[in-house]
Amino acid sequence: MKKLLVLSAFAAMLASGTALADTSGKKIAFSNNYAGNSWRQAMLDSYGIVTKKAVEDKIVAAADVFTTADKEVPTQAAQVQNLILQGYDAIVINAASPDALNGAIKQACDAGIVVVSFDGIVTEPCAYRVVVDFKDMGKQEVEQMAKFQPKGGNLLEIRGLAGTSIDDAIHAGILEGVAAHPEFKIVGSVTGDWDQTTAQKAVATILPSLPDVVGIVDQGGDGYGAAQAFAAANKPRPTIIMGNRQDELKWWKEQKEKDGYKTWSASIAPGVSTLAFWVAQQVLDGRKDIPHDLLVPYLAFTQDDFEAALPKIKEGGVATHEYTQEEAIAAIKANIK
Amino acid sequence: MTAIAPGTLPKSSPRGNAARARLLRGLLPALSLALVLIAIAWLNPRAISYFGFNLMLNLAIPIALATIAQMFVIAGNELDLSIGTFVGFVGCVTATWLRDAPLLGIAVLLGSIGAYALLGALIHLRNLPSIVVTLGMSFVWQGLAILILPKPGGKAPDWLLAIMSFKPPYVPFPIMAALIIAAVVHFGLMRTSYGVILRGSGGNAAALRRAGWSLLKTKIVLFALTGLFGVLSGMALIGITTSADANIGNGYTLLSIAGVILGGGEFVGGRVSPIGAVIGALTLALAASPLLTFMHIPPDWQVAANGAILIIVLAARVLISRRER
Repeated sequence: MKKLLVLSAFAAMLASGTALADTSGKKIAFSNNYAGNSWRQAMLDSYGIVTKKAVEDKIVAAADVFTTADKEVPTQAAQVQNLILQGYDAIVINAASPDALNGAIKQACDAGIVVVSFDGIVTEPCAYRVVVDFKDMGKQEVEQMAKFQPKGGNLLEIRGLAGTSIDDAIHAGILEGVAAHPEFKIVGSVTGDWDQTTAQKAVATILPSLPDVVGIVDQGGDGYGAAQAFAAANKPRPTIIMGNRQDELKWWKEQKEKDGYKTWSASIAPGVSTLAFWVAQQVLDGRKDIPHDLLVPYLAFTQDDFEAALPKIKEGGVATHEYTQEEAIAAIKANIK
Repeated sequence: MTAIAPGTLPKSSPRGNAARARLLRGLLPALSLALVLIAIAWLNPRAISYFGFNLMLNLAIPIALATIAQMFVIAGNELDLSIGTFVGFVGCVTATWLRDAPLLGIAVLLGSIGAYALLGALIHLRNLPSIVVTLGMSFVWQGLAILILPKPGGKAPDWLLAIMSFKPPYVPFPIMAALIIAAVVHFGLMRTSYGVILRGSGGNAAALRRAGWSLLKTKIVLFALTGLFGVLSGMALIGITTSADANIGNGYTLLSIAGVILGGGEFVGGRVSPIGAVIGALTLALAASPLLTFMHIPPDWQVAANGAILIIVLAARVLISRRER
């Protein structure tokens, strides 16, 4: 009985801890290094929606967004240093480089500022990292492919921006998947840079030299371009894994209506920026139990549910998911082992 | 710049105007820096402190060094479009070999200065446009940087980290460094006799040749100095960021050119000012980032505002030099 009482008192304390928004005086800045594609635009939109409400609800005092003019590391390092000077309590960051910003990040931590990185993460240990399990996403692509093409066959792989950690992780996952499914063989690999036009050009170039392929494994933002390249070459349409872009899902819908075309779609939701925001808020709230590396699931659509999601995506946009504070707390909890 | 016979000297009032305009041109870099500083002080008083200057200006040191590097080639009527990727290359060498195998690292860095000297010789001997040659070299440096460091990473040598995080009493380190850079280069280029020859190679090459000076030698020296300051810039940058990225210096090419021009230099004629170039670099570094951050511009407009500030600052410079003519 006594134990129960202590427990319930403890629970009440915890509950009041999160409900009592004692972060109402805190200011959180968002340092972003690039805004030039649909994914980044969706990321900024989501962030704007969630933080505007958080400020109105007096959960935080301010949540300002700062975007640098170029993708350069020194510019963003300077920006972080300026944010330190501005007196922000936390910095949410999508970083231009995983390592080269560490000097500035360390200065921020030393000044008592909470740093939460996501998408483009930073390796400085004092910062928090919100990471999507890209490797599992790559592996899952092959698993799904095995469902649609049970006999196996040749695969074409479209890679993302060379030299990034994301491209590395998805590629590693795909290789792992192929190792587990020896009926598949990757017969060609091109670089699509997560961009439909680039992917279309790259696929069109390699297509004449390829044997028949049954499927395409890719990284998102490149599926529609690949489909266009196959159509232009009058080649049979393979199973193309999609990446949650509006044009990709729209094409999928058209094909499904025509002949019941089946595939799968997955990508990191741009709204993960809002999760990073809530993580920063929770840390400012005094939570000490949050691990510095948080793994969050990617956003996936199947044959059954993608059509419902399609109308909600802006023309030229990306499917997203904005985290509420409760969802963020649940996501954090899932990472505490 | 042609000599005017004593009898045809213009009357005193236009000459007074020209002198005033020249004074204005000399003061403009300092004036624009003061303006930017006042704006920052007004927007965020907290920034005007020892701690604030350290944070705002430490990334201006590598920019100032890169600007000085660019200034040397501009003094010889050339342009270096590869300085940005060269700084990135030096950064990658600094974060890898200079730490793990110092001798190899030093050899590579000295070799790269040698490469710059050879480039100067090539440009002079074959009479090639420097823009084409250095544009080509920019891809070479970038490629080498990616070869050395395919993925971002590496770590700066400890001695370099110690130098760049040095905290002298009273005067913030970046300001001290800027003063030292400006003083050393000013003395070397403006106060020594060989400095006059170097500038003369851009001002009036034909006269220098007739006087018996080797233009090949001046070009080699100018390019080698560019290489030397490029190396210093890359090392300073890595000392601050602690870790490297093959693309880390790409933005420096245009920043350095803008810095030289803002600092009162001209593209042709050997007219450069080391002190102005350092001030120009500091102004650009401050105007582009801290000022913008403190102004609270909506994110959609920040990129454009950055460009607008650069255009305003450079336009003021152009207006004043036009009055001078």
